[in-house]
Amino acid sequence: MKALLSRDSLLKWAPVLVLLVLMLTFPIFEMLNDLARGKEHLYLLDSRFLSVRNFARIAIAAAPALMVALGVTFIIIMGSIDLSMEGTVSVSAVSFAYAFIALGGTLASWAWLAMPLALVVGAAIGMLNGLVHVKLKIPSFMASLAMGFVGTGFALLLTGGERVRVDDPIFRSLLTVRWFNFPIMIYVAGAFLLLMWFVQTRTTLGRNFYAVGGGEELAAASGLNVSRVRILGFTLAGVCYAMGGLLAVGKIGIAETVTGANFMFVSITAVVVGGTALWGGIGGVFNTLIGVLIVFVINNGMVVIGLPSYIQSAVLGALVILAVVLSTDRKAISFVK
Amino acid sequence: MYELQKVDKKFPGVHALKAVDFKVGRGEIVGLVGENGAGKSTLMKVIYGAYQPDGGTISIDGKTMRFQNPRQAMEHGIGMVFQEQSLIANLTVMENIFLGFEKQFVRFGVINWKAMAAAARHQLAKVKLDIEPSTITAKLSFAQRQLVELAKVLTLEERIDGDLVILLDEPTSVLAREEVQLLFKLVRDLTTRASFVFVSHRMEEVLELCDRVYVMKDGAVVDVVAQNQADIDAIQHKMVGREVDKRYYREHKQKPYDADKVLVSMQQASIERKYHDISFDLHPGEVLCLVGTEGSGREAILRTIVGLERPSAGRLAIKGQRLSRFSARQAVAKGVGYTPRERKIEGIVGGMTVFENMTLSQLHNYARFGVLRVGDEKRLAREWIERLAIKTPSEMKDCGGLSGGNQQKVVLAKWRSGGSDIMLLDHPTRGLDIGAKEDVYEMIRDMSDAGVGIVLVADTLEESIGLAHTIIVLKDGVAQKRFDCTPDSKPSLYDLVHHMI
Repeated sequence: MKALLSRDSLLKWAPVLVLLVLMLTFPIFEMLNDLARGKEHLYLLDSRFLSVRNFARIAIAAAPALMVALGVTFIIIMGSIDLSMEGTVSVSAVSFAYAFIALGGTLASWAWLAMPLALVVGAAIGMLNGLVHVKLKIPSFMASLAMGFVGTGFALLLTGGERVRVDDPIFRSLLTVRWFNFPIMIYVAGAFLLLMWFVQTRTTLGRNFYAVGGGEELAAASGLNVSRVRILGFTLAGVCYAMGGLLAVGKIGIAETVTGANFMFVSITAVVVGGTALWGGIGGVFNTLIGVLIVFVINNGMVVIGLPSYIQSAVLGALVILAVVLSTDRKAISFVK
Repeated sequence: MYELQKVDKKFPGVHALKAVDFKVGRGEIVGLVGENGAGKSTLMKVIYGAYQPDGGTISIDGKTMRFQNPRQAMEHGIGMVFQEQSLIANLTVMENIFLGFEKQFVRFGVINWKAMAAAARHQLAKVKLDIEPSTITAKLSFAQRQLVELAKVLTLEERIDGDLVILLDEPTSVLAREEVQLLFKLVRDLTTRASFVFVSHRMEEVLELCDRVYVMKDGAVVDVVAQNQADIDAIQHKMVGREVDKRYYREHKQKPYDADKVLVSMQQASIERKYHDISFDLHPGEVLCLVGTEGSGREAILRTIVGLERPSAGRLAIKGQRLSRFSARQAVAKGVGYTPRERKIEGIVGGMTVFENMTLSQLHNYARFGVLRVGDEKRLAREWIERLAIKTPSEMKDCGGLSGGNQQKVVLAKWRSGGSDIMLLDHPTRGLDIGAKEDVYEMIRDMSDAGVGIVLVADTLEESIGLAHTIIVLKDGVAQKRFDCTPDSKPSLYDLVHHMI
């Protein structure tokens, strides 16, 4: 019993608790709103928020962001940071759209090759990012931020500001075809999450992320090729961002320069709120899943109870600080830069 | 005038200061000597206010004092001259000198740089250093930085009315001989205004400069000698004199090593500022101890063998193969294992489990195409947990939560299970309790029996003598003397100390 209530286990489960509390809080506001308008409302049962339809809506909104957040999870576990996601998402989404149309414009043709191509594009940008960071010894935040801008600019160059429509019905079935009330893209996202979990727990690379984040000196002294781990980490993150780009295009059927917009704040918020420590070594993909859900439940719940979006940003910002405050052992750290 | 009476300081598991009496008279230069870990630095920290004693009193001119922090101690005229590392390298000399005391130059929130420069010039003149106060500190030589340190402390002269006590911590370790003489002359001149406490590993210097010398051992002052009665030999005997239990270090288990084979061969290797012209061969089954004071080059030699440092001259061969590129990856692949001194930082990855830590250096043995065989990893971990009697509820436990001794066993298991046969142990017993230490000694003997060559930097001299087949004594990066030790003919502590300082 005592172990259940310890600081450690509390911290471990705090994100899940926050998610549950949020899911029970929004229906209360809903009920109060309805009662004030004289409508009948039974708590939870009559909730529009707690409905399968709404959950599907949350899941659809969250799926692309989850892909992106998974990528940056590994980077943060290594103790680095990656800010290139917006550019990478845009470039891979746009390259996908152009390749898809050029190769036939329907999944039933060779155009399916556009999907692996997009992942390869993402991987290439990620690897370049990692190489710049490691070989030129530029701090990861700066290298990736710059790379992100290059990516956004490149996407604009490709499109000339145009929107590229991808309206192949088979590809759009990612969104339009539902199994058990949830569209196919949710299952794709779920499968990708499991794949990343496999990477995290069952591969040398996944283990090495934790080793580098937990003690880089030691990892080096144990014979690990730390540079290689870092470059591969950024490459893998690039693949995740491309995956996010694909789902984003699948969601709205359009690829454009701003496809990647907003992913930076949302993904990093989600990773941190999920309990992955900013200084590395602690956390994982399921933390990120919870974090992404928290972010999107807040977004959605606030819409349901009718609060304006600028309050949402403020709440998310406050949540990030709270999450970092909770997960930092301030006794062990004297200076923070 | 400055006096400590029966000052006591305890840390978890260590009685660092045992009822220490210490006195500094007006204008006196007092020396402080002792082995590593004898309590010198703890005593210094108590004097300049970084530590608060658990018992005893501190008094200045008979008035009892209690300092909460170094700043309060400074306000009573006690200043510490750190080794050159304490200056902030990217600031100018004058900013360093007045760091934390800029207020005197501030008008309406703006610093008057001219006034600060003039004041800094005045301080620099006291130490006879002719440099522009606006020089960036990083551009100074080590000797100049040492003098800037002193100038910084001497600002106390203007700020404090009473007497000054200035602590000098190893001020000569980076200085050349002429520079040392200059510093000593300066210190003697300054005794008109201040008293000094001088800590050094160089016994001749201590005796040359100091009026009285305090000798510390195991947290207690064992002797105080005046300059005219001092005798280096006698002091060195006092610093070390204690009985050693041979069985404690498993000396009866020491077997001769295989002198025909060579695992590591270092020839005339040097790294500037760290060590110079070091040569030795390490054989299977041999325990080779590097003995010396802090900064004598011991750690750098270990780090060179494991590929974390690159020698600027000389040769290093591992198992007959000469190394040209130096990387930890290559060394580990050749069978080198390294247990660093800072176990928490460099030995284990906290947050990773016991089994993950054990296989960290040999993941390629447990993976096919990058996919790990976690079951095999756990099996290995369970086997070694049993073999070394590691106390952990399971191999899934967070390694950071284990006791120091058990963490050390995990580190050793990591290397041994991976087949390392060249072990570099840096203070493997630091911070361990006696039982855990004995476990480590036992493991060292077992490794020797299995044909592992060990280079050891031990926590104490006794440990070195007890465990070693071969001892190399280092002083300021230069090998002074080599001892071959069989169980019946080990060198005495005194033999070693004599060459160390």
